[in-house]
Parts: sequence; structure tokens; C-alpha cells
Amino acid sequence: MSKSYDLIVLGSGPGGYVAAIRASQLGLKTAIVERENLGGICLNWGCIPTKAMLRSAEVFHNMKHAADYGLVAEKISADLDAIVKRSRGVAKQLNQGVTGLMKKNKIDVVMGDGTITAPGKLAVKTAKGEEELSAKNIIIATGARARDLPFAKADGKRIWTYRHAMTPPEMPSKLLVIGSGAIGIEFASFYNDIGVDVTVVEMLDRVVPVEDEEISKFLEKSLKKQGMTIMTGAGVKSIDAGDKGVKADIEDSKGKIESHDFSHVIVAVGIQPNIETIGLDQLGVEPDERYHIKTDEYCRTNIDGIYAIGDCTAGPWLAHKASHEGVIAAETIAGGHPHAMDVNNIPGCTYCHPQIASVGLTEAKAKDAGYDVKVGKFPFIGNGKAIALGETDGFIKTVFDAKTGELLGAHMIGAEVTELIQGYTVGKTLETTEAELMNTVFPHPTLSEMMHESVLDAYGRVLHM
Amino acid sequence: MPINLQMPALSPTMEEGTLSKWLVKEGDTVSSGDLLAEIETDKATMEFEAIDEGVIAKIVVAEGTDNVKVGDVIAIIAEDGEEVSDVEAAPAPKATAKPAVKAPTPAPASKAEPAAAPQKMEAAVDGRVKASPLARRLAEQKGVDLAAVSGSGPSGRIVKADIDSAKGGTAPVKSETATPVPSAAPAPTATSGDFDIPHSTEKLSGMRKTIARRLTEAKQTIPHIYLTVDIELDKLLKLRGELNKSLEPRGIKLSVNDLLIKALAVALVQVPKCNVSIDGDQLKTFERADISVAVSIPGGLITPIVTSADSKSLSQISTEMGDLAERAKAGKLKMHEYQGGTASISNMGMFGIKNFDAVINPPQAMIMAIGAGQKRPHVIDDSLQIATIMSATGSFDHRAIDGADGAQLMKVFKELCENPLGMLA
Repeated sequence: MSKSYDLIVLGSGPGGYVAAIRASQLGLKTAIVERENLGGICLNWGCIPTKAMLRSAEVFHNMKHAADYGLVAEKISADLDAIVKRSRGVAKQLNQGVTGLMKKNKIDVVMGDGTITAPGKLAVKTAKGEEELSAKNIIIATGARARDLPFAKADGKRIWTYRHAMTPPEMPSKLLVIGSGAIGIEFASFYNDIGVDVTVVEMLDRVVPVEDEEISKFLEKSLKKQGMTIMTGAGVKSIDAGDKGVKADIEDSKGKIESHDFSHVIVAVGIQPNIETIGLDQLGVEPDERYHIKTDEYCRTNIDGIYAIGDCTAGPWLAHKASHEGVIAAETIAGGHPHAMDVNNIPGCTYCHPQIASVGLTEAKAKDAGYDVKVGKFPFIGNGKAIALGETDGFIKTVFDAKTGELLGAHMIGAEVTELIQGYTVGKTLETTEAELMNTVFPHPTLSEMMHESVLDAYGRVLHM
Repeated sequence: MPINLQMPALSPTMEEGTLSKWLVKEGDTVSSGDLLAEIETDKATMEFEAIDEGVIAKIVVAEGTDNVKVGDVIAIIAEDGEEVSDVEAAPAPKATAKPAVKAPTPAPASKAEPAAAPQKMEAAVDGRVKASPLARRLAEQKGVDLAAVSGSGPSGRIVKADIDSAKGGTAPVKSETATPVPSAAPAPTATSGDFDIPHSTEKLSGMRKTIARRLTEAKQTIPHIYLTVDIELDKLLKLRGELNKSLEPRGIKLSVNDLLIKALAVALVQVPKCNVSIDGDQLKTFERADISVAVSIPGGLITPIVTSADSKSLSQISTEMGDLAERAKAGKLKMHEYQGGTASISNMGMFGIKNFDAVINPPQAMIMAIGAGQKRPHVIDDSLQIATIMSATGSFDHRAIDGADGAQLMKVFKELCENPLGMLA
């Protein structure tokens, strides 16, 4: 006898478990299938534990600069084992939190590898054997994993993915990070902060290539000032990992290939969706051109009753996008009328040092899209709170449609900007124009005042510059 | 608390109006239902009733003032025991002011009234259209009337996408400063500087602006098709003569148009696929025929409605039409008497126009254009004879009505006119 449900969610990451909670709230009998840890990568191996590590790096960074604040901190050092232990503790706490949420919402948790055998049918290989489940609807939320480089297969010894970098077997002495997206740059920043000699190699002509060009330029300068080596427009040609270290041939932007020695390598060249072993081919679920599952704005695949959310679908590959899609999918299944997802209103945050946060179109993308733009910028050095914090590096940039005043994008770099971006995101979602932002009272003294000034600057009305 | 009396929105599209006459003066005591003022909108003059009781403490806007914006405070009512001097000092915040006007009663025919969806009506009556700041600005730039847009955002909020999919040019014409013409573009303005032809200029009246807006909207958004039939009118004229003889003692004289209103209404009920309206992504099919009749009035045109014309007697239609036309010419129609209708009829026969194509009156989906009944050579039973022939052309919204259905309606209309006893039974 197979157990039957209104909804089965395959995968319990921030997309899957949120979808399950929302579905249960809407009265659907729901089960969730997870092969490893409730909470998925985000809670256990991604967003949260890395933030814990980066917090350690930040405190360490501040301790090193204690004298700037009139404080004395002597003989300070970083204990990598203790940092990792704290990070794992944080992940564990949240993992238990999700377990509690599943129980509270009466969601059946089935631990094992799930395969969709037919529309509405799911087989799960559990520790006790195979279990048959059936449901009117299935949400695929299987996420993604790190993409491999064919010549640098991660082994956890010398060649790491994000996962190894989070629980390193030893402290690296000289680290090569391949890829400067959010994941690569966060680990580069972490290890650089705790005293490792770090080199970042980026294939494109700038670091964090999805961000605004000015943000990339500012970050590169800032990271170099902190002692990092950055090679853009460069490619790793080969990796030779031995017992004692790694030899890497790197072609620089001028085409010159040189051999470099490192103790360890982190491969952070993007993600690959986890969709090969869940039975999609037999079902005929269509992938998109990048081999992610193709969905519409309500997360429906081409097969009735099968939905997909999060990293196994088209980007941006962010936890909060997955969670939001989880809600949209659950509400669609329950017969509701959720709003459709608008990619331009999804903020992105990168927790390197300095932090980066953005929402909407970059200046270049806005121009490519045919907009006549008005751009405002305000630097941290002009903000009282930033000076008081001793965090004067960074700026806030806003991009408006000159014709309609629509806020097209906002791009920030500097201390705490990841906590600021939501102000613009709310504004964007409510379809603000420059007028409402100008008319908003920002509290003093806060970093948020820069958000106001940046808007004022776009219209030639900046006050503190 | 003194009550701020605000300029009421007397129609869904009203943005401003003329306070033509105060019917009360400062110091008068008023109670709910008392008439306070006459207000002229873009369409008609309407009476404004009190819903609160008290003493008119202050008249803020003098009578004869033009362009009073909906929501502006026009007078202040002091409640029992309040001193008028308190009132003088009282702030008159627009936003928190209590609307002191009873909404004009919607037409009794609200079910069959396609003029405005209920929520749009409400939105306009309380003076608030829910729209995002960006949607407001885009609407202004594109000339879209927000009151005519249905919102897809939370609680019907109008968002950017709704404006993007709305057609421009439906908003009342704003002053030139509101839509600056880029200086580089050659401005196609025919100002007096461009032509030396002697001329006079006058400001467009509210009605003229509404006509301009609605006709532009109709021609830009509705794919019209036109179907013409020639109708032998002799039997209908004969019947009319006989009926009028017997109605004489009652003082009723049927016009040809009264019979045509009835014929169109009966035909619409017989061919319900033509008695429809497109509303967003829905098609409404009406269960009775309310006929909007084009009436020429000084300075423009208005379409008073004969409701349920399919089930009314000819004498009823004639009496109603006489009253509506008279009040239309005096500008005294109430909103529900000219807004709504399921189809229209326009008759230019009295000018000797042989036939013409009329512009559909949205959100309706058809209009019948009636030409002159003329003696024409006509083939009857294979011989050339003289008959009174009238050409009628139906304009149909081709999004909602297929050609064959439109043709079916024209056929039924023709048969009813040629064998008019059919519309009496």
C-alpha cells in the first residue's frame, strides 16, 4: 500500500521546506522527501554556515584593527578548527529548527533518495528499503551541486568544492580560487581575512561579473588592497595535485601561461542542477537550454501536476528565490492566485569584505535594454554613521529610467549593505519612482541615509557632497 | 468635528467639474437628503445631496467656479453645538476628510450595465484609484485614464504591466504642460502662427473632450466590421400610421425611430451573440436589450438609454424617449440614464443621409446606423417597382462578434422591420 498525499515535495532545501509549510498551511496533505539533511545545502552547507565563518573572519579583521578604535588586542590568531566547529553548530541548530517546523506543520518527512516513477508516483529508497508514495502534485526542489572542472576533480584533499572549503582538513597556506562569483569570492574573502595568501582567477574580465561594472571595479581594488591576488580575463589550463601541493598553469589576460604553486584549490565555477536521477527523462519533463528544468512563472513544468522550484530551474540561483517559488508553487497547487515571479525584483547579496548587495538592472544592462538612464552615486565617506563605524569604503549606486522615474536597479558595496538592499527591493516591488524615495524620511544617523542621497544624486539634488 | 464637504465624483471618469450653483447658503441648517448644490460634469448637470446633518459653516468654493478637482473641500458643515468660529480654525485636510456625499444611485440595471465594473465604480466614487506610483506616472505620460484600467496587483491595484497593456490616448486631454512635446520633434500643431486663415478658437468643453477620448478609444481598440442591409419600410410606415391613429386620444405619437429601437432590441434578444460586451478577458452576454439612443444636443451628443426595450411596448418606448430627449437637451440627465446600454442606435435619416458607418460606443459591441427612408426603384416579384427603402448599417466589435452572427442580427432586424407585427407579438 502506497501512502497518498495532495503534495509531495522532493528536496527539503529553502525552496522545498518552505513549499511544504505553505502547502500545509493551505490544507494540503503534504510529505517531503530528503536524501541527506533537512534544510538542504542552504542551512547545512551553504548560506548559513558560510555566514557563520565569515562572521568569524569579520571579528578577526576588526580585532586586527583594534588600535583604530582605541582598543588593545594582542597576540590574536585565528583557530580554523574552532571557527568550523562554530559554523557546524549554527548549521545544526537550524537543521533542528526545520525538523521542528515540519512536525509543527504535520508534514511527513521521508528520508531517502526519491525518483518519480510516473506522474503522481514516487519511489523512495530509504534505509529500510523502497517506499512507494503517491500524490496529486509533485514539486521538484532538488537543488544543485558545484560544477566540476574536468581537469580538476574535487577530491577534498587538495582540490575542494565549497563543501570541503567549509570543513577544511587543514589550514591552507596558499589558496587558488577558480571563479569569482558569489561563492568563490566569499571563500576568497574568508581565507584572506584569516591570513591565507589567496589568488582568484576569473575567466571574464572582472570579478563578480553579474554585478554592476563599477561594483566589480571597486571590489577588485579593495581585495587587492587587502593583499589578494586577482587575475581576470584569465584561465586555469591545468591542475596537477600532488601530496604536498598543487601546480596550476594559468593563462593570464595577455595569453601568457605560467605555472604557479598552491597548497589548495577551491573550484567555484558555477552549479549543476540535481536532476539526472529523479526520473525526469521517462516522464518527459523538459529541460531548458542550460539543462535546468523549464518552468513558467507559476513554477509549472510541461507535465501536469509536476512543478519545479529553486536551483534545479533557471536562475538566479538564490535561496530566497527558491523559497519564494515554493510559496508560489504551493499556492498555485492549492488553487490560489499567487503573483508571478519578477526576476528583476530579486535582490542578491554577497558576503565578501566589503559586502555587495544589488537588485534589478545594472547600468550597462539598463542601457542595453534601451533605457535612457539617470544614475546616482553616494560614497560611504560622505556618511556620518559610516565614518563613526570606521567603515568608509564603499558606495551606493542607483539607476533610474530617465523617462518614467522607475527605479531600475540599485547596487551597493560596503559595510552592512546586505541589510540595506531590502529598502530598495520593497520600493521596487511597490513600483516606486524617484519621487517617493526622495519623499521618504531616512533615519539619522544610519547607513541608510546613503540610499536617500544616491537617489537625490541621480536627480542632481545630493545634499552631503 | 466639523465635516469637510468634498467635490463628489459623480461619474467614474469625472476628475473635475464646475460648481454651477449653491442651493444653500452659510448658516443654513441641512439634513441628510437635502440638495446642496448643482454640479456640472463633463456629461451633465447633477444635484448634490447631503448625507450629514449640521449647519453650513462656510462655503469654500464659490458658485460658478470651473475645474474644481474631485476631493477638493467645497464647504464645511458644523455639527450640532459646534461654533462656526471653531470651524473657521479647523484644518481641512483633504485626505482624512469624510466624504459627505451620497454616491449617486447606480442604475437599477446594474447587472446589465457594462459601463463600469462595480469595483471601478467604487474606486472612483471614493475618489481613490489604487495604482502604483510608477503606474500613475506612466498613465499620465501615455494618456491612459486610470479609472478605465483594471488592476492586476494585490486588491486590484493598478501596476506597470496594466498600463503597458492599456492603450494610450484614453485620458482626458491634459493641459499642454502635462505632456511636453520634445523640442526636437516637429510639432504638428496648427496654431494661428502657422496659418493666416482667419479663424476663432475656443477651449474644448468637457463633453467635447469626452467625445474625443471615447471615439478615439473606440476606433483604436475595436476592430470594427460593417454590415449593411436595405430594408423595405412601407409596411412599417403603414403600421405606424395605424397605431398613431389609435394612440391619438392618449396623446402619443410614435416616431419611426421608436419602432426601430424596438426592432433592434427584439433582434438583439433573438441573436444574443450580438448582445455582448468584452470586459478584459471575459465576454458578457446580456439577457435583455438596453438601447442607447444617440441624441444630438447643443455642443455635442449624448446617448440616453431605453432600458429593457425588448420587453417594453412601443407607447412606453415613445413616451420614455420623448422625456429622455427633452431632458438630454436641457442637460438634466442622471448618470445612470446615459451610462450603460447593451447596444446603440444612431439615426441620421432626417438629414437625408443614405447610409453611414457609426463608431461603436465601448464597452458595447454594436451600433446600428440608420439612413433615410427614401422612395427608390426596387425589384419586387421580378418587376421594378417603387418602394420606401431604408439602408441600415451595423458596426460590430469583431473581437466579440463573428461576421456570421452580425449578419444574422442584420437579417432578423430587417425581417422585423419588413414584417413589423413580429415585434409587437
